[in-house]
Amino acid sequence: MAEQEIAKPVDQDPLSQSPLNQLPRRVFDGFGLHNRGLSHFLVPRSADELSALFRRASELETTVCFRGNGRSYGDAAINPGGLILDMRHFNKVLAWDPETGVIDTEPGLTIQELWQHSLPHGWWPPVVPGTSFPTLGGCLSMNIHGKNHFKMGGIGDHVQEIDVVTPAGAQLTLSRQSRPDLFHAFISGFGMLGAITRVRIQLKRVYGGHLRVAQWAVPDLRAQLEAFQDAERSDYFVSWVDCIGAGAAGRGQIHRASYTQEGEDPLGMASMSVQGQSLPKTMMGVPMPLVPLVLKLFYSSNFGVGITNEVKYRASEFGSTSDFYQSHAAFHFLLDQMPGFRNAYEPGGFLQFQPFVPAEHAEHVFSEILRVSKSRGLVSYLGVLKRYRPDEFLLSHALDGYSMALDYPITRANRVPLWAMLHELAELVLEAGGKFYPAKDCLLKPAHFRRAFGQEAISTFRTLRTECDPNRILRTAWASRVGVDEPE
Amino acid sequence: MFQTAIVIGASSGIGEQIVRKLAARGTKVAAVARRMDRLQDIANDWPGLVLPYAHDVMDYDSAPDLYDQMLQELGGKLDLFIYNAGVMPPVEEGEWNWDKDRLMLEVNLLGAVRWINLVGGTMEAARHGTLVGVSSVAGDRGRRGSPVYTVSKAGLTAHMEAMRNRLDRYGVKVVTAKPGPVRTDMTAGMKLPLMIEAHQAAEGILNLSESGTGSGYVPKTWAPIMNVIQLVPSFIFRKTNI
Repeated sequence: MAEQEIAKPVDQDPLSQSPLNQLPRRVFDGFGLHNRGLSHFLVPRSADELSALFRRASELETTVCFRGNGRSYGDAAINPGGLILDMRHFNKVLAWDPETGVIDTEPGLTIQELWQHSLPHGWWPPVVPGTSFPTLGGCLSMNIHGKNHFKMGGIGDHVQEIDVVTPAGAQLTLSRQSRPDLFHAFISGFGMLGAITRVRIQLKRVYGGHLRVAQWAVPDLRAQLEAFQDAERSDYFVSWVDCIGAGAAGRGQIHRASYTQEGEDPLGMASMSVQGQSLPKTMMGVPMPLVPLVLKLFYSSNFGVGITNEVKYRASEFGSTSDFYQSHAAFHFLLDQMPGFRNAYEPGGFLQFQPFVPAEHAEHVFSEILRVSKSRGLVSYLGVLKRYRPDEFLLSHALDGYSMALDYPITRANRVPLWAMLHELAELVLEAGGKFYPAKDCLLKPAHFRRAFGQEAISTFRTLRTECDPNRILRTAWASRVGVDEPE
Repeated sequence: MFQTAIVIGASSGIGEQIVRKLAARGTKVAAVARRMDRLQDIANDWPGLVLPYAHDVMDYDSAPDLYDQMLQELGGKLDLFIYNAGVMPPVEEGEWNWDKDRLMLEVNLLGAVRWINLVGGTMEAARHGTLVGVSSVAGDRGRRGSPVYTVSKAGLTAHMEAMRNRLDRYGVKVVTAKPGPVRTDMTAGMKLPLMIEAHQAAEGILNLSESGTGSGYVPKTWAPIMNVIQLVPSFIFRKTNI
């Protein structure tokens, strides 16, 4: 797996008294390579250091942004001109009970480090994203979802307790019993209330290192959504959407997976070792190390992507229809198996437009998005459909419905028409009562933000922000862009 | 066409000519040097277009604040940056002088690294800009007449190449300009071959800057000459007076 994608934090004295402008700087980017900014950065190592840094930031009149492994696609973990706190020194497991599956960790621990710690004991994180490189702190701040949201909710649903440090100087333990208002706002609060310094999370018992997987082709968007009616019978349910193909709009391939029963795993206990989590060696017949190169070749034009999608769809039509076994890592972390895949989108980068739409409007909104994109020649190179249920977090992106994640390449030529089109489509999503996801977004404006998350929730959030960060030193480029602090 | 520029080492010689030529083309230039009186004279000739800033490139710690201030006064966007500060105190045959050696390394090389890396970071983030280092033909070989000057310019040439390799992928243009001898305060009283005037050197450097990424000699006559000089084997080179 692509360990090299996790750059190690730099050693430095976080409390160095040198003026801000003398601190080292670097260019931090969003995962989509489009958003970036030059910032000074520091690497804190303890809750006390964090408190001291908050005080210093106030004195220096600078702003502070937390950053983990930089997996947010847009501008949620960058802060041009301000200070970045690299949280990856907080990467220890603090307590682990292999009997109950409850683990206490620091927030800089990655999903990969988490499952590698727990799986040999028979526990898997209850919610994982499509890459194992995000840190837990980042995952909680965005309340990330996986391919099982319809069944398990977001990651926050499994968090029992967090320790936090706020710029106001408080060090608190939050849970559903102790300050539940703050607990539900810190998780989903995109790092704007303070730093999480400890996470207690309940993992999911598994009886093997494999999932029982089935996949099949579906001819159009309606068939996709109909297939999702059956999602409840599986533990994971997701589908690929061809947004460009010559066939009916929205054709694709369903992937469904379930945990194995006790004694069912073909490789037994050995499959739960880290080595047992084998990854596929090829993708559509191409050896993994060559995949980025091939993508670079084909992903330079709509035509090239059209060809790959056609091949992928035809292959799925003739592919296996019976169940097969796939390791957890192979099923979940497709992105990690192609290190550097995003470089196929250089130099302009790409953005992920991921609208969340209530179930009753999903077919209409998604088919409009596909139709408008295609008619303007601004097509998404990848589409992924998932199912959600509402959750209890303050600024949640989840709702009873679906999301369609769409990867649009950004070029010098399409920058203006692409933004214009996506703003139009965002309007359509919001009219349908839809939402957006801060970890992915790079185009929402304050009015979109208010409508997506609701005036009441935003007001509550601002009140909590005044309690936790009275001087407003926490800032990300995303939060400024959508006007998190702007009075209505 | 550059809308905005910063020129370091701008009060006399090549730097002054670069500033005047840029201003004549309508570029807004932040002109940086130690001698404010001379900068002010240039600024008076181009009111509103030339902004003078007093700064000693050896005052490394003050560079970031000054840079922020200049960027702001240029409207937040920088198209062209030229590091032109340089000194070459005469070093006699048989003279070993640490003060002179250090001065050349600090002004010609350390100051250059300080500023170029400061600007390089913002240009990387902005995916835009042209970064120019004024090096010298002197950096192409280690010469007996001016050992540390050649070190400072060889270092700058290598640093500019590294910048080119680092920033090319982000669309930032990086230019190494290598003038031969130019008639300026620095070369006053010296007898040097193929000497040109400062305004000619400035024109050559700006032409290189406009033609984009790469390295070039000013004037171009030096290209074939330096290509030959670089090929001279060391055991012969050491017998010459070059």
